[in-house]
Amino acid sequence: MDGVGVNIAFWVLAVVTIGAALGVMAARNLLHAVLFLILTFIGVAGFFLLLSAEFLAMAQIIIYVGAIAVLVLFAVMLTPHAGQSNSETKMALPAGLLALCLAAIFVFVLTDTDWSSVGSAPSVGVTGLGDALLSTWVLPFEMASVLLTAALVGAIMLTRNPEDETPEADA
Amino acid sequence: MTLGLEHFLVVGALLFCIGLFVALSKRNAIGVLMGLELMLNAVNLTLLAFSRFTHSAHPETGHVFVVFVITVAAAEAAVALALAITVYRNRSTVDVDQITMLRN
Repeated sequence: MDGVGVNIAFWVLAVVTIGAALGVMAARNLLHAVLFLILTFIGVAGFFLLLSAEFLAMAQIIIYVGAIAVLVLFAVMLTPHAGQSNSETKMALPAGLLALCLAAIFVFVLTDTDWSSVGSAPSVGVTGLGDALLSTWVLPFEMASVLLTAALVGAIMLTRNPEDETPEADA
Repeated sequence: MTLGLEHFLVVGALLFCIGLFVALSKRNAIGVLMGLELMLNAVNLTLLAFSRFTHSAHPETGHVFVVFVITVAAAEAAVALALAITVYRNRSTVDVDQITMLRN
């Protein structure tokens, strides 16, 4: 990938995405952490656009920013007395060491490997993605819809308050 | 400067490690979930980067994987947040250190 515009877009997106992810980590207020999380999702959608995956960028915006972030926001607001603080447990130090070591290994391996031999793929359009989903991957596709239905029913069953149930009035 | 595969992979790896730290260290169960979402996003970014930069007979396979990861992430978020709200309703807390009903 060449071009000044692509380079500028990549580095701006990289700074925004990693910065927002660090914000999720560092924000003291859980609501602010959710807002940083939304910014991270938008940055990742920008990366998807850079990788010429337009459909997935739109799906990322609609599903993550539109649905999951709102869900998380509602969950934060529905648990008011649990404290809006975003503090760490006593496992923060080992977890931080683990994450740092993992990051160091990843960055070392990724920069040390010669990736020039892997070549380049033609970009995938929505047509190709739809064809693949409904031919090669049709069984996982149907299973995903069953999973979504099960998750939906499960979430409703879990959050239903049994005491709120009123017996159906006979008409 | 030419952008290569390794640039996207490094961003994905850093995002994953930040998500790992958030998921392992946060006190609030919803914060842990946010870390999980960060990690799933990092994996999606890595899958798409490989799909874009690697020569393959079926370049759309990486995209299909990302579609499924997004689907499963949505299902996971819905169920996990429902669990968090149920635990909060019963115990008035979502502190993962105090949710020890299975221990005693």
